[in-house]
Amino acid sequence: MDTFIHLASWLCLLLGCCFCMIGGVGLLRLPDFYSRIHGGGVTDTLGAGLVITGLMLQGGLTLTTAKLAMILLFLLLTSPVATHAIARAAQHSGLKPQVADDAA
Amino acid sequence: MSNFISDISLQIDLVDIVLLTILVVVAVAVIRVRDLFEAVVLLGIFSLLSACIFTTLDAVDVAFTEAAVGAGISTVLFLATLTLTARKEKAQYSHSWSGFIVCTLTGGALIYGTLDMPHFGDPDAPIHQHVAPRYIVDSPEEIGVPNMVTSVLASYRGYDTLGETTVIFTAGLTVLLLLRRDRRSRDRSASPPTAETTDRRGSHVMRHAMVLRVMSKLFIPLILLFALYVQFHGDFGPGGGFQAGVIFAAAFVLYALIYGVEAAQRVAPPARVQVFVALGLLLYIGTGLASLFAGGNFLEYKVLAHEASHGEHIGILFIELGVGITVAAAIINTFFYFAGRGRA
Amino acid sequence: MSQILGLYNYWIVILLMMAGFYNVIARGNLIKKLIGLNIFQTSVFLLYISMGKVEGGTAPIVAEGMATYSNPLPHVLILTAIVVGIATTSVGLSLVIRIREAYDTIEEDEIQQLDEGP
Repeated sequence: MDTFIHLASWLCLLLGCCFCMIGGVGLLRLPDFYSRIHGGGVTDTLGAGLVITGLMLQGGLTLTTAKLAMILLFLLLTSPVATHAIARAAQHSGLKPQVADDAA
Repeated sequence: MSNFISDISLQIDLVDIVLLTILVVVAVAVIRVRDLFEAVVLLGIFSLLSACIFTTLDAVDVAFTEAAVGAGISTVLFLATLTLTARKEKAQYSHSWSGFIVCTLTGGALIYGTLDMPHFGDPDAPIHQHVAPRYIVDSPEEIGVPNMVTSVLASYRGYDTLGETTVIFTAGLTVLLLLRRDRRSRDRSASPPTAETTDRRGSHVMRHAMVLRVMSKLFIPLILLFALYVQFHGDFGPGGGFQAGVIFAAAFVLYALIYGVEAAQRVAPPARVQVFVALGLLLYIGTGLASLFAGGNFLEYKVLAHEASHGEHIGILFIELGVGITVAAAIINTFFYFAGRGRA
Repeated sequence: MSQILGLYNYWIVILLMMAGFYNVIARGNLIKKLIGLNIFQTSVFLLYISMGKVEGGTAPIVAEGMATYSNPLPHVLILTAIVVGIATTSVGLSLVIRIREAYDTIEEDEIQQLDEGP
């Protein structure tokens, strides 16, 4: 049981780091501003969520785990709002998303 | 595998190296960037990364304060200044060779100075030998507060913290003197404010921002609650007056950003908040005077109650409250004066 | 070699300090100077906190089962310094706003020209 939780937390941590890296690559390589903040959204929700879940599994049933659970909740609620605020600001200042021209 | 996991010092070193490298990249980027907005955001990233490094170096109180102050309030004030001044730096500066030489010489002299220093993390370094062990060993019994940083800050070195609170008070006063719009000049120069012109900061945009308004209504009470938690929990964990004051002010800044500076000033009128700036400092000095009248020295808390550690608790509680009130009020007012300068 | 390993932390922090210092002396824009000053300040904090770290120690909060603690004195000093830093930054920024209103520019050489004036 103990090794199972240990393995699960390692898996969550490694997956979380992978998703953070994927989000980072997306932030740099995607073509348009609006798609780039989509890439950043992966880091905010899935990446951070998996890392915090891995840490919670490491912590067991303690006060630290409860605090981590609350941090996860707040992170999941506020990060999309921050992304939304950035996108609103961009739209208000006139940045248009890059759309594909229908060729045929 | 277990050997690698238990070699914590190696891991901390790796994290340290990576974070410091990213910091160097950010610092060099700040030099080269022309757009001031990018430079301000890079400064926020710099502060947040140094807060991470502070955490790996076991300085949890400092990391808390740096994250709240550097990555939070400082960025907001810089952005408020940017909206009132300029957006881009004048693009005619090539490299300044004399500046580069001065920096290299100064850096070389400093590195030469570090050659005599003890190695990083050395437990036998001179700074760990004389005063620090006395505080570490005696503070749990004398003061009874688990957080040694709070006990040193509030009790052993309480006089320095009084000076620091006075500095915040003075800074709040200076910003008031420099930036407050005099009511007479405003009535003379501006026409009566209509609904459109009162908030050129973008409130008419925010009127339709449903997601932001709902989420901020959800979070502002929680932020205020967290500020109170940090204030009163500073004895047992990282926290204390400064961090709590900054977080409290951040809630008001958030309200002002979403609902408009006018609405925020109806909640917290600057004239009333100015009273609180002075009130916090008076609370601090009052605690010191109370201990004078109770028979001890200035800021000697143990005479405030029948038992020494109870007296220390009471003293630390009141002065941290004073610090928190002053810091929160000073930052709220500073933001209001910055935001109010561009209108009218 | 062991000296490099033992001291590289301080050297990188000195590099950061000099980057901030270069910003202050070689850039004319007043806000850039203030940003450089902030970077300089934060790097000095990093230097002090690195000096306070004890290998194998933990955060200076009394907890069960912990024997060594990192030195709390630099933490106290830097806590004060951070708050004083934000105070001076806010005063500096309000000065920049007033300078902009008086001279209509925040570039140092233009301000000097306007001061020497025709």
